[in-house]
Amino acid sequence: MNDQRPVVILIFIFLIGAVLLTKLFMIQVVDDSFMKKAERNAIQRVVDHPYRGLIYDRNGKLLVYNNPIFDLMVVPKEFHVKDTTRFLELFGITKEHLIESYNAARKYSWVKPSPMIKQISTTDFAKIQDFLIDYPGLFIMTRSVRSYPEPIAAHALGYIGEISAGQLERDTLKYYSQGDYVGLSGIERYYEKELRGVKGVKYKMVNVRGIDKGPFKDGEYDTASVAGINLTSTIDRELQMYGEMLMQGKTGSVVAIEPKTGEILAMISAPFYDPNQLTGSDFGKTYTRLNRLETKPLFNRPIMAMYPPGSIFKIVQSLIGLQDGILVPETTFACNRSLVACHNHPSPVNLFGAIRNSCNPYYHQAFRKIINREVSSNTFKDTEIGLNDWRDKVLKFGLGSALGVDIVGEKGGDIPSSKLYNRIYGEGRWKYSTIYSLSIGQGEMLVTPLQMANLAAIFANKGYYYTPHLIKAVDGDPSKIPAQYRYKNEVGVDARHFDLIQNAMAEALYGTANRAVIKDLVIAGKTGTAQNPHGEDHSVFVAFAPKDDPKIAIAVYVENAGWGGRAAASTASLMIEKYIKGEITRPALQEYVLAGNFIY
Amino acid sequence: MRESDIHINRVDWVTVLLYFALVMIGWFNIYAAVYDGQAEKSIFDFSINSGMQLVWIFTAIALITVIMVADHRLFENLSIIIYLIFIGILIVTPFFGKEVNGQTLSIGFGSFRIQPGEFAKFATALALAKIMERPTFDLSKTKNQLVAFGVLMLPVLLILLQPDTGTAMVYFSFLIMFYREGLPQRYYILGLGFIALSLLSLGIKENIYIVFGITALVIFLILLGKKSWQRIVAFSLIGLGAIAYSYSIDFVVSKLPEHQQNRIMVLFNPDLDPLGVGWNVTQSKIAIGSGGLWGKGYLQGTQTKFDFVPEQHTDFIFCTLGEEFGWIGSLVVILLFLAILYRLVVMAERQKTRFSRIYGYSVISILLFHFMINIAMTIGLFPVVGIPLPFFSYGGSSLWSFTVLLFIFIKLDSSRAQQLGRIN
Repeated sequence: MNDQRPVVILIFIFLIGAVLLTKLFMIQVVDDSFMKKAERNAIQRVVDHPYRGLIYDRNGKLLVYNNPIFDLMVVPKEFHVKDTTRFLELFGITKEHLIESYNAARKYSWVKPSPMIKQISTTDFAKIQDFLIDYPGLFIMTRSVRSYPEPIAAHALGYIGEISAGQLERDTLKYYSQGDYVGLSGIERYYEKELRGVKGVKYKMVNVRGIDKGPFKDGEYDTASVAGINLTSTIDRELQMYGEMLMQGKTGSVVAIEPKTGEILAMISAPFYDPNQLTGSDFGKTYTRLNRLETKPLFNRPIMAMYPPGSIFKIVQSLIGLQDGILVPETTFACNRSLVACHNHPSPVNLFGAIRNSCNPYYHQAFRKIINREVSSNTFKDTEIGLNDWRDKVLKFGLGSALGVDIVGEKGGDIPSSKLYNRIYGEGRWKYSTIYSLSIGQGEMLVTPLQMANLAAIFANKGYYYTPHLIKAVDGDPSKIPAQYRYKNEVGVDARHFDLIQNAMAEALYGTANRAVIKDLVIAGKTGTAQNPHGEDHSVFVAFAPKDDPKIAIAVYVENAGWGGRAAASTASLMIEKYIKGEITRPALQEYVLAGNFIY
Repeated sequence: MRESDIHINRVDWVTVLLYFALVMIGWFNIYAAVYDGQAEKSIFDFSINSGMQLVWIFTAIALITVIMVADHRLFENLSIIIYLIFIGILIVTPFFGKEVNGQTLSIGFGSFRIQPGEFAKFATALALAKIMERPTFDLSKTKNQLVAFGVLMLPVLLILLQPDTGTAMVYFSFLIMFYREGLPQRYYILGLGFIALSLLSLGIKENIYIVFGITALVIFLILLGKKSWQRIVAFSLIGLGAIAYSYSIDFVVSKLPEHQQNRIMVLFNPDLDPLGVGWNVTQSKIAIGSGGLWGKGYLQGTQTKFDFVPEQHTDFIFCTLGEEFGWIGSLVVILLFLAILYRLVVMAERQKTRFSRIYGYSVISILLFHFMINIAMTIGLFPVVGIPLPFFSYGGSSLWSFTVLLFIFIKLDSSRAQQLGRIN
């Protein structure tokens, strides 16, 4: 009987072997989830963040750079100090801070580093660098934050911040991951792809306590990061800085454009904030604070604020009339104040006089001729056709829709079409007398300061413009900027019609904006007043200079500062002088603007 | 003068070769388990475990030499004395031994320490062989059963006092030898039924299914045989007992010390507490499972290298093998174990004395049990029990005790020609 038993035992032995091998086959070969779990365990993917591209001004001066900041890290396990007094003295901290941060670090981990002193300045870093070696368990960790040598152009440059959940979702290429910093506004956002560079990845092995055990497979799978591309902005740092100084304490916008290229020389939104505030660890707190301020410093007025264009629009009306042949320089209308209010000037006036004196009744009558051309015997119909026709011509001046500047959030303003009035009054129930406010740039019409500056550029260029933009060169190469900024937009008005306009604008300065006049520098300008139902009117001025070879076109808005001839014209004049001459010869005017008492 | 007792050409070299193959693979794996790519220490470095294991290997070779030159009659003649000596050491261990984590496993002086529980295995094997050697000794007789179990249970009780459940469990492997020597089959059927019922009761939450299963089985067994009242009553009573047991086992488990309870429950649900009790099993499975078919390559393992698997050079040494050499490596090692076990069965069956055969089967029993339980626990088939993988795991006591155990049998086998045939 016992003869079978050795066989039973052998069967048992081999059965055990088979069971073990089967189970091993299941977990080693069939089930591959263990490999992933093992990788999660031991292989840490460390992203090597590239340096973000720098931004220079048009003259090669730095606007944005990356500032290394140093955190002193402590590994509690290795850390010990013999002479505490000397340690505190060297590192400039209090005993309480030392104890507190050490305890916090211990609580976090015995073997992993925690910050002991955050954001050490470069100078302090230099001081302690040599002593670090005496203190085991301490080392410096370098991070970098965006930094601005001058606290200017905050709105144009924009800021970076942690990527939002929504952005992550839209990132179909899966470039970004949680916690990455991306451009959230301004140039930082528009040129995110250029600025961000290419992330690198390092795979390193860690043990069960998370301690670095060297590169995985000797770095075979690692990739190096590629630094972001540097951008050259169109902004003139000196001009921007000067403009911000002038706009201090005011609300409004200044946009200066180089007419020949569409390059934005300065773009000021007042009130502004120091861009250095929106960097680093305090971003969230500062952003919330700025966002809650009643003065809305985060609001980018040059591209987002919309006002009726006011008197300045009369130039556009003149140009449309001239091109259509409805107006000729000799066309004369009486300053009939029963149609619309005006101010004292000789009457009747021809076109030149109308521009020079900004005569409201002249444009009331001229606009009627532009609109009602008797293409239909029905006045209502005729007005509708005329309005839509006129609107198409106005749109060519870059009005009524966003120009497409290279920052996000640009508003388009509004030039009304028949649709609007049909909706308000009903079809066939409105005519010229309903819409005549448009003749003098009032009524249902809105433009942004950027569009206004672009208008000035069109006047300077005699009929064309390049879409205003903030980046002049990508990686030092001007041809790498987006193609739309190298496209010449014609407004559909012959250059010959602009001479009269330019001369009238130059003359107008002596009439409406005496303060703006500069010796040996001919400025062509036009004042405007944007009506404000909530308080004092907004002071507006557009200009370009020098008249015969325009180097700068500018629009200035100063909110609640009354008539355009004072605040806006003075500011524009100083900006022009600063840009063209490089110095200010009229300290009194500068004082006047800085003082900011424009209502009297 | 009598002839030398060394019979080189009668030594079973196949077994010796398998032994050295396993020891060397084990040694390489111990180096892999403690290898630190940043420290770059040699496998011979005495400051790391592989260097120390080399010392154990050389001393094991010294032990082998002593065993091989000794007189083969010595083991039989001294068996009871050896047994009593180790029982004595086991008795004093709790008083003079070194306490670690509440366990007193080792005894010795200074850095020289042995774990008597490990060595008592071969001593018990010798004693059992000596006692069961008599031609009149019949394991189907209750009196003989009691004697054999008495010899077996004495060291078990002493080891449980240390307490070392794992090592104590190993002694139950002698049941395999008892089986070969004629312990009636019904004990095994009842025992296996008991184990199956325990596992099912613990594994299946709804005890009602087990009640149905037992009832069906009892009815089936009653219908199968002759339908006498005694049988019906006997089977019904066994069935009721089984049901009662099934209901009470959860209660019994709840009375176990917590760490043992957890070890049992984790077997059924490793995700119960992956960072706590389940950690060992989870990490061990990850290490082995991530090896794939061919493994990550020697010294390329990440899981065992970076301490994710605890006790990786001792009880969990199989993880290093599984991770770095994959299924193929596991296959080779398991085949080596199966080969040595097969060879030992063949050797045991060719013995001319009952003493040698009983001893041979004791060796088979102990090796098989260690091999089975150790690997099963690393892959989550058995609760975590602290017992080493023979010849593989790091440690002097472990390597020496297995070496002595095995080579006494090789010695007995090589001398079988001189022994008088007394096979029953």
